[in-house]
Amino acid sequence: MAKKEKLPRVAMPEQDPGVRSKNFDEVPLGYTVDMAKQEASRCIQCKKPACVTGCPVSVDIPGFIKHIADENFEEAIKTLWDKNALPAVCGRVCPQEIQCEGKCIVGKKDKPVAIGYLEKFAADYARNNNIESLPEIPEKTGKKVAVIGSGPAGITVAGDLIAKGHEVTIFEAFHKPGGVLVYGIPEFRLPKEIVFSEVALLEKMGVKIEQNVVVGRTVSIDELLEEGYDAAFIGVGAGLPRFMNLPGENLIGVYSANEYLTRANLMKAYKFPEYDTPMAIGKNVAVLGAGNVAMDAARTALRLGAENVHIIYRRSREEMPARVEEIHHAEEEGVQMRLLTNPVKFIGDEKGRLQQVECLQMELGEPDDSGRRRPVPVEGSEFILDCDLIVIAVGSNANPLLTGSTDGLDLNKWGNIDVDEDTNKTSKKAVWAGGDIVTGQATVILAMGAGRIAADSMHKYLERGW
Amino acid sequence: MFKIVNREEMAGGTIVLNEIEAPLIAGKAKPGQFVIIQANEKGERIPLTMADVNPGKGTITIIYMIVGKSTKLFASMEVGESFDAVIGPLGQPTHLEKLGTVVCVGGGTGIAVIHPITRGLKEAGNKVISIVGARSKDLLILEDKMTTASTELKICTDDGSYGHHGFVTDVLKETLENEDVKQVVAIGPVPMMKFVSKMTKEYNVPTLVSLNPIMIDGTGMCGGCRVSVGGETKFACVDGPEFDGHKVDFDQLTQRLQAFYEDEQNSMEKFGK
Ligand SMILES: Cc1cc2nc3c(=O)[nH]c(=O)nc-3n(C[C@H](O)[C@H](O)[C@H](O)COP(=O)(O)OP(=O)(O)OC[C@H]3O[C@@H](n4cnc5c(N)ncnc54)[C@H](O)[C@@H]3O)c2cc1C
Ligand code: SF4
Ligand code: FES
Repeated sequence: MAKKEKLPRVAMPEQDPGVRSKNFDEVPLGYTVDMAKQEASRCIQCKKPACVTGCPVSVDIPGFIKHIADENFEEAIKTLWDKNALPAVCGRVCPQEIQCEGKCIVGKKDKPVAIGYLEKFAADYARNNNIESLPEIPEKTGKKVAVIGSGPAGITVAGDLIAKGHEVTIFEAFHKPGGVLVYGIPEFRLPKEIVFSEVALLEKMGVKIEQNVVVGRTVSIDELLEEGYDAAFIGVGAGLPRFMNLPGENLIGVYSANEYLTRANLMKAYKFPEYDTPMAIGKNVAVLGAGNVAMDAARTALRLGAENVHIIYRRSREEMPARVEEIHHAEEEGVQMRLLTNPVKFIGDEKGRLQQVECLQMELGEPDDSGRRRPVPVEGSEFILDCDLIVIAVGSNANPLLTGSTDGLDLNKWGNIDVDEDTNKTSKKAVWAGGDIVTGQATVILAMGAGRIAADSMHKYLERGW
Repeated sequence: MFKIVNREEMAGGTIVLNEIEAPLIAGKAKPGQFVIIQANEKGERIPLTMADVNPGKGTITIIYMIVGKSTKLFASMEVGESFDAVIGPLGQPTHLEKLGTVVCVGGGTGIAVIHPITRGLKEAGNKVISIVGARSKDLLILEDKMTTASTELKICTDDGSYGHHGFVTDVLKETLENEDVKQVVAIGPVPMMKFVSKMTKEYNVPTLVSLNPIMIDGTGMCGGCRVSVGGETKFACVDGPEFDGHKVDFDQLTQRLQAFYEDEQNSMEKFGK
């Protein structure tokens, strides 16, 4: 047999950077059927697929890719759904380069198979052709489950347990379900319609969603358990913005990424005044941090008309935690990277409005505890950057609102909930937890994985007891 | 849904009362706590401290002055219509304990907020002297309720149309001179709280103020509500809304409340049309 001709990775068609940096539409346009089939044919169908070991929820990757190559798109999506309830989301936001694609054999010599793009293709195909993953709901067990928080962890638990015949109610503090997928990640990266259609599916399966309920304030976990819920899952996310404690941090014009992105995404402030929530519009914007959150904020600022958007990060390019694709997209759109730079002071005018930020140049010194070379300030390197909008995106801590008002819940020293790793049980009877509130800010797929582990354990408990 | 079951206009229609169906919140709320309200899908999330709750009936009451687009929109809603979202009860409740003689100072719609606190302090066994102020007689609200809630009520108007002619601080000074005041609670416009706190500091009387910064979530998630208290940054929605008036940086609060001033004016203008 002649050796198969090697095909290059099929590039994702995208909106032109000059155009997209002025709109909020999704950046990647998606593969066509032909592109998807061609890319799928690059997969050599490994007997021991390395990609699967890189996937936190062990999706049968060669399996779904084979179905795409064979034009069996419905089978492809079913294979994905088997392990992943939200492929349309994960295909868009998973850090594939350090997960499946980072392990792909083809990637050893060439670019890896575009597993993420193919996942997105299959999921979009299903949504556009009304293929739904409505499992047969077995006879009702009569058991009631409360899920607190409607992010990816909560959604996974709800979906898994409703499919087992339990009654499931999600309690969400905000007026819309979806967690970070709705309030944090912008439309141009994850269209909200996708999240809402996933949530609608849950409701179709019988999951009840109670919005505007802040558990710990409106109602407590103990009250839910007393009211007749047999088990509860806590998936409230990280949700406490970190500030830097620098002088001038309370000037008008300094925002946490949570506030900035929540205004833009959840409250649709980018459509002000059609929507009533206003948005700070910067001319010269600096975003502090270099993760996905920082890239999202920087790219949002550009789309709102900023002339200059800087990412300020105290380490070097290699350490930037954002997905490679986000960094690439941000740079294409004109975001300027100021690496090895550390802010030291925010400077305002007499009205308390931000005007400038003072920074220090850094250089890499000895390795620190994390094994990364520690950035140290270069003496006398202070400089001033004009800026009227700062977004602080240096991470989140555990929000104590729920954990602090719930008795019997063991926390670690950072305030995250302690769980048993194999089951995601907390120290409190009949209560499980997972996602960012356990791990600290992590990823969508890890939150979903945690949800699945908890759901399995909760199901066992509901059948057999603690 | 959060249905309006009662609506009243006060102060010549500039201030509006809404009693809203919200049984879960009504069952939990304590004096000093607030809710976040959103009129509709496109609306802003606006924090308002509750003026009253009726757990039996499952309702809460808010009283607000029409100052911008959102409050104008709230005010346009009739009995039977519903708010999209009412979230709460948020923030720390007022610590109500028996101290002896306490003074409650309320200005403008702050009177609505201080009313349940006044009632609570009296029920806790305190002698409560209330001082309420408004620009003029027709803008004064809840006089009857405050009379009942307090041991003694003193009224001031800026224009002298009713009660003492002058500011609440004048009457407060007199009270601080003549009574053994253990605590002052002051709720109202920022300048009022600032000057009350300045005065009570001279007399060394502990003072609580209730702050109303711009908020989004009300759960400590965004940090938009941050205020400086004694040089430390606090989130008003979870650490407050009440703080030690002697430590609050009122000037910073005043500035931060102006963050979206131009947008708010624009939005209000468009809404007017
Ligand atoms: C801007 C941004 C970009 C990101 N980009 C990526 C990315 O590209 N790829 C990736 O994998 N990950 C990304 N992440 C991280 C990812 O979104 C999170 O790890 C993930 O959403 C965590 O899921 P979760 O279910 O634990 O919590 P969340 O998604 O945070 O959801 C928690 C939900 O609980 C609700 N809640 C909180 N407290 C209460 C309460 N007391 N009562 C009721 N409800 C409550 C919240 O309102 C929220 O809706 C990003 C995060 C942000 C902020
Ligand atoms: S490692 Fe790469 S080539 Fe092998 S099965 Fe996975 S995607 Fe296909
Ligand atoms: S309103 Fe968001 S943290 Fe207080």
